[in-house]
Amino acid sequence: MSTILDRSGFNPDKKLKIVGTSPIKHDGIDKVTGRAKFGADLFLPGMLVGKILRSPHPHAIIKSIDKSAAEALPGVKAVVTRADFPELPKGSVAGDMSRNAMAREKALYDGHPVAAVAATSESIAKQALKLIKVDYEVLPHVIDPVAAMQPDAPILHDHIRTKGVKDAADKPTNVVERLELKMGDVDVGFAQADVIVEHEYDTKPMHQGYIEPQGCVATCTEDGQVELWCCTQGPWVFRDRLTEILKIESSKIRVTQSELGGGFGGKTGFYPEPIAILLARKSKRPVKIALTRGEVFRATGPVSGTKSRIKMGVTRDGKFTAADAELVFQTGAFTGSMFFNAPQAMFTRYDLKNVKTVSYEVVSNRPKVNSFRAPCVPQVVFGVEGVVNELAQKIGMDPLELRIKNAATEGYKTIYGETFGPIGFVETLMAAKNCDHYKSPVPQGQGRGVAAGFWFNRGGETTGTLNIAADGSVSIIVGTSDVAGSRISISMMAAEELGLPVDKVRATMADTQSLGWNRITAGSRTTYSSGMVIIDSARKAITELCRRAALIWGVPEEGVTFEDGHCRPASTNVGDFPPLSIAEIAGKTTLTLGAIAGHSEMNVTGAGPGFGVHIVDVEVDQELGRVDIKRYTVVEDAGKAIHRLQVEGQYQGGAVQGIGWALNEEYIYGEDGRLQNPSFLDYRMPVASDVPMIDTEIVEVPNPRHPYGLRGVGEVPVTPTMAAIANAIGAVIGMRPRSLPMSPPKILKLIEEARAGR
Amino acid sequence: MSRKYHVATTVNGDEYEYLCEPQQTLLDILRDELMLTGTKEGCGTGDCGACTVMVDGTMICSCLMLAVEAGGKQIETIEGMAKGEELHPLQRSFLELNGSQCGICTPGILIAAKALIDRNPDPTETEVRYWLAGNLCRCTGYDKIIRSVLAAAKEMRGA
Repeated sequence: MSTILDRSGFNPDKKLKIVGTSPIKHDGIDKVTGRAKFGADLFLPGMLVGKILRSPHPHAIIKSIDKSAAEALPGVKAVVTRADFPELPKGSVAGDMSRNAMAREKALYDGHPVAAVAATSESIAKQALKLIKVDYEVLPHVIDPVAAMQPDAPILHDHIRTKGVKDAADKPTNVVERLELKMGDVDVGFAQADVIVEHEYDTKPMHQGYIEPQGCVATCTEDGQVELWCCTQGPWVFRDRLTEILKIESSKIRVTQSELGGGFGGKTGFYPEPIAILLARKSKRPVKIALTRGEVFRATGPVSGTKSRIKMGVTRDGKFTAADAELVFQTGAFTGSMFFNAPQAMFTRYDLKNVKTVSYEVVSNRPKVNSFRAPCVPQVVFGVEGVVNELAQKIGMDPLELRIKNAATEGYKTIYGETFGPIGFVETLMAAKNCDHYKSPVPQGQGRGVAAGFWFNRGGETTGTLNIAADGSVSIIVGTSDVAGSRISISMMAAEELGLPVDKVRATMADTQSLGWNRITAGSRTTYSSGMVIIDSARKAITELCRRAALIWGVPEEGVTFEDGHCRPASTNVGDFPPLSIAEIAGKTTLTLGAIAGHSEMNVTGAGPGFGVHIVDVEVDQELGRVDIKRYTVVEDAGKAIHRLQVEGQYQGGAVQGIGWALNEEYIYGEDGRLQNPSFLDYRMPVASDVPMIDTEIVEVPNPRHPYGLRGVGEVPVTPTMAAIANAIGAVIGMRPRSLPMSPPKILKLIEEARAGR
Repeated sequence: MSRKYHVATTVNGDEYEYLCEPQQTLLDILRDELMLTGTKEGCGTGDCGACTVMVDGTMICSCLMLAVEAGGKQIETIEGMAKGEELHPLQRSFLELNGSQCGICTPGILIAAKALIDRNPDPTETEVRYWLAGNLCRCTGYDKIIRSVLAAAKEMRGA
């Protein structure tokens, strides 16, 4: 039986009424009035305040923990330590997650949780933390991933042996995995090249920087039923992992998602949630934990820092012949960086036949990294797009022209095995070349940079329901999180299907007891995948509406057709019946067969790859080394922009996050292995006065696997940003930066080197 | 437990009394005691602006004011911005132009933007950008926030 995944019904000629407009999002009113409830905004009767004690050492054996004085303090209702967590084997996925939530044998980074308390007030909870005595044996630590790869480096985990290495020595190492991915023959490819460029690059960890620190409230009954309210990108994934590490049956944990105050990947994994549950279980009272910003910086997910060596070859007439890369990814104290995305995506967009990549994932004494928009890809695109630009310079070709000449098109077989369907990279490059920004001359004293990026876009397991009320209005239940306006976009697609105004449709995010399983909201999958199951649900509801109309009219089902929000006789032969609106049919459900709804669950496939090109003009202060972004344009293929303002917002927000990563953001560790800048004052993200308006151009090369042609749009906008800015800086000062962040001291040094003619 | 202080103050025109510990901030009390959770905590150190409120007509980060200092003051928070069913032009403009994405920074930005327009009804883009430089947003890249503020200011001028 064919499904919507085989036959999307995409019709480029269909006149759309709602898709492609920008209605006010239904959840907007709560956000501009302060009503929207985020993670820390829930209050329950009898609620306690939970606080976490964290290791001040980057690497230390925890010899003992004495919590007796804390437990004796009046107002303290529960103290939890490692002893309260079920035993799980070291090195297992669950074992690592559990050990990251609460240190066991060792503390592995500055900020690693070692104990927690729940008390009747915050001041009592803070006082109690001071009464917990932890006996540490401090060990030598290692922060830098390359240093962590050396044979004499301090070892974090005694169970790690490098995966992917034949005959690896049977002794502990910090190198988790070596991954080789290749196609064709790079030696042959480089032999055909007229020009080869090879450089080394490094990038620093940056924080996702969501403005809402993790906040949650947990309750637990005497018979072990758990309720968890939290800000999460994946309620079901949280539930399943909590089930595993706390040994609770899935049916006994209900995870309810709050509004999400930014995530960008950083809320795909839990931090205080298991601790809050254990405190609630011990105290039998609701427990809230809201992390401070300092805790967010010290112990929640930055992205991987990288070291890379990238080499590419080109013929004199501008055809790439080969690409070769060696990449090192820092994953923090535990494995799980998703570094495998990088070799799959870094060159993918160019029509390359000969590619070789070797990638390493390395642990060190820093917080375990977490996802961030296009996990692990922007870091290496920073280098690739620098090499591409230099190749263009060396053969005297316009940098966009060189990219157009080498752009992958439909039918290209990627290094990860997928053969591209219809894609819009050439169209995106052409749109960039023809846009006003690129056609206008570079202003005096400024430099212009361009770069391109790619992301796979994702689908995955998704469940949703659409209910039609007796008055003909529609409520949608989705299980994905709304990180960027997905509720309105999904409502728009349902309204388009049903021929209703979008105001008659409302989408709600379900808790884990109310809907089937949903994969995490990540990889630009949500509007695509939840949209797919809700369109499918709407189509099922339409089939049912037709069946009901047939009953009302007393005609066969096939005699009814649905068009423009009404059931109508399929032909004059069926009879002369006036059209029935959805409300007219839904109002008679007691006379027919009961409520009308559509439901769908599927592993959504067919996500369309996304491509973007960024153009940036910068000014560089030659005395101070400060870089100013003067003009910025994002050109990206959305397939189809469902809600245009939301899509623009994704492009603009991604670009500005990339501007921060490019120019300012980095983690600074002292010799003692402690993070020295765990605040927004010292970890400086872009503010409004740092950036100009971000111009956008939405390219629409439809993905025919989706009923309206959409592709994900959330990840691509950050992939080329740092590269584009570096290329622009290089155009001004004559030296293309190869290390992030491109902060004033580094830029000044490059200016000096350029002047010295190096 | 530390001694608590009795404080009487006015929030959005309503009189409130609360007991607070000496180290508690106005933000703590607004959220945890008065249940006015529209004001958000993003950092607790005055760096992000999510907790922006007006105190006697001056814009402050409520995480930087002690709750005991709020006695006898007139405090305005996001909950008081709409008048009855009528949204403030800034709120409408943020809705129409999508100036709010995840929404966590929005209350603080709206309070700050209103303070700007009250002082300067015709701000330039640069003035809006510098005025809002104390309010972090990680979703929007600021573009639609700035456009929303400029559009609301224009509407309020009747231009």
